[in-house]
Amino acid sequence: MRKPTLYPAMMSSLALALTLASGPARADAGASGAGPIRIGVNEPLTGPFAASGTYVVNGAKIAADEINAQGGVLGRKIELVIEDNKSNPTEAAAVAEKLITSDKTPVMMGAWGSSLTLAVMPKLADYETPMLVETSSSGKITTTGNPYVFRISPPSALEAEAFAPMVGKIGLKKVDFIVINNDWGRGAAADFTKMLKDKGVAVGLVETMDQGAQDMSAQLSKLKGSDADTIMITAAVDQLTLLFKQMSALGLKKRIITTGGSQNPDQIIAQAGGAADGTLHLTTFLPWYPDRTPNPKATTYFIEEWKKRGFQFAGVTESFRGYDGIRTIAQAIAKAGSTEAAQIKAAFWAVDFTGLNGQIRFAKSGPAGRESGQSKPDVYLIRIESGRVVMPEL
Amino acid sequence: MDQLLQHLVNTLILGGTYALLGIGLTLIFGIMNVVNFTHGALYTMGAYLMYLAVTALGLGFFLALPAAILGGLLLGAVIEFVLLRPLRGSDIDTTMLVMIGAGIVLQSGTLWIFGGVAKSVPTPFPDAPLHLGPVSVSWLRLFVLGAALALIGLTYALINRTRLGLAMRATFQDHDTAALMGVNVRLIYTATFAIGSSLAAAAGALLGPVYVVFPQMGGLAELKAFAIVILGGLGNITGAAIGGFILALAEELGAGYISSGYRDAMGFLIIIAVLVFRPTGLFARAERIG
Repeated sequence: MRKPTLYPAMMSSLALALTLASGPARADAGASGAGPIRIGVNEPLTGPFAASGTYVVNGAKIAADEINAQGGVLGRKIELVIEDNKSNPTEAAAVAEKLITSDKTPVMMGAWGSSLTLAVMPKLADYETPMLVETSSSGKITTTGNPYVFRISPPSALEAEAFAPMVGKIGLKKVDFIVINNDWGRGAAADFTKMLKDKGVAVGLVETMDQGAQDMSAQLSKLKGSDADTIMITAAVDQLTLLFKQMSALGLKKRIITTGGSQNPDQIIAQAGGAADGTLHLTTFLPWYPDRTPNPKATTYFIEEWKKRGFQFAGVTESFRGYDGIRTIAQAIAKAGSTEAAQIKAAFWAVDFTGLNGQIRFAKSGPAGRESGQSKPDVYLIRIESGRVVMPEL
Repeated sequence: MDQLLQHLVNTLILGGTYALLGIGLTLIFGIMNVVNFTHGALYTMGAYLMYLAVTALGLGFFLALPAAILGGLLLGAVIEFVLLRPLRGSDIDTTMLVMIGAGIVLQSGTLWIFGGVAKSVPTPFPDAPLHLGPVSVSWLRLFVLGAALALIGLTYALINRTRLGLAMRATFQDHDTAALMGVNVRLIYTATFAIGSSLAAAAGALLGPVYVVFPQMGGLAELKAFAIVILGGLGNITGAAIGGFILALAEELGAGYISSGYRDAMGFLIIIAVLVFRPTGLFARAERIG
């Protein structure tokens, strides 16, 4: 044999090493001591939600830098320990375990998607460590009795409740749904269906699509043939772009309303072009009109800082959650006067400040004795018109 | 009825690109016996090359397409030359592990270079669809179908009508005899892998503008390519072409009339059925053994 026999073995171990590669080992500074206070960040940096997760992390970094520039918390700097959950629930749970046991983070933020957050939640109870949930909107997160969960994003039911007064003004008669096939999408369809039926609006088809699906022509062909006047969509920005383009290709012209707060309207405008004209979106942040947000000064600061760092403006509708999330955690640590998980968990109930999308103050949610914390952010309805974001007068 | 017609038109268009993906993989997996986990990454690469050629190089849509396909051909040749050539003769598991690693490197590389935000490829086609009675179809998708059919025809002619194709078929039937007859076997392996890869890149370059371009787009495409290859029978090019259309039909009708939640499961249900009832694929001919 002239062939070097070691080569196959080397190549396969290289492949294995690449598969198993994990973050660098860190010196164990622990939760206590004089070093920086560590905050775990569990976000999707690869996989289908990579873009959104990266936005959230970049927003979190702005908050950490701002807090550290002002002297940190409890006289110590804060340090974000950022881990990639690969848009995969199994990975998200593993990341949480690693952050708690190996990095000794006493509090975490995560995990973007509802299915990711739900997968992490049992770990929070196991290790008695609180987590600030910044994006997920499935109702289950704050209703199943996990007292370690504090959420600043609106669950679908809250979003539906905020949308209820607009239903009559828009003139909805019959609504079909197309949603992403996971806890987020199905939860949204269920909560909005309930609200619409209470308002006397008929609900027709509920179509779903896989989270990685790119071709929705089959579902859309079915929706095209239905007699509903409106289609409500719950999905992240990339699938929304595809849906709008494919609707236009199929000649499907109905009123479109999207929910879920991960629409990034500016990215939709850039990528779907005319196909997005006239679409309505329920969002939880108004970066286009800083003066109409609850905290114009903070909003302006955040947007300026975002631009200064060279990030795309389209990302702010995601990244503001990371920014508010870390500010909420910092306030909880300050109020706890401690870096122990138990004290931070208790102090979350005392957090009270004006975030970028409303007052951040946790109300009890879920079964008595084991309540989760739920803040109530503002919800806005915007419309895309000739490539611009406008607020329809209702 | 209108809905059924629309589903059938969708099937035709989706099936064309599925067939391209399947034929590319059947060349590599079925004929070369390499479990190719870079197929999805090459699909993604084709889409990014298309994006770069149109936006950064300003080549124009119709020139960018052959450029992206050529890029896929070269990349395939490099992968074969660097990774597979030294591994020839080693067992299938070793090769598979290396290909998994290569797939991860390619996918993470695109994420690293281009970031996770999806890109969209501008096209010269009008936004307004073509209306044919109750059925609508976009001009872009019609072009994609035409281009896919042309590429399938070209591949078929290459394998069955040229000396290169003859040498390829000879090599994979009997490697040693082909070598004794003067076929440059090493070159044939590289050429086959490169051609298979270029077909994956072509599918990506065609579908990138239809959808959006992002680093993970190849994952599902790769699974579907494997499904099509098994459906059509390993190494059977006609089978892979028809398999592509059958998978598209199953997905469309499954999503349209059964449940859209299981759309992507339909294809795999068919595979299970095929493996149980016709393990050599739907289109396997009777074969003499020994």
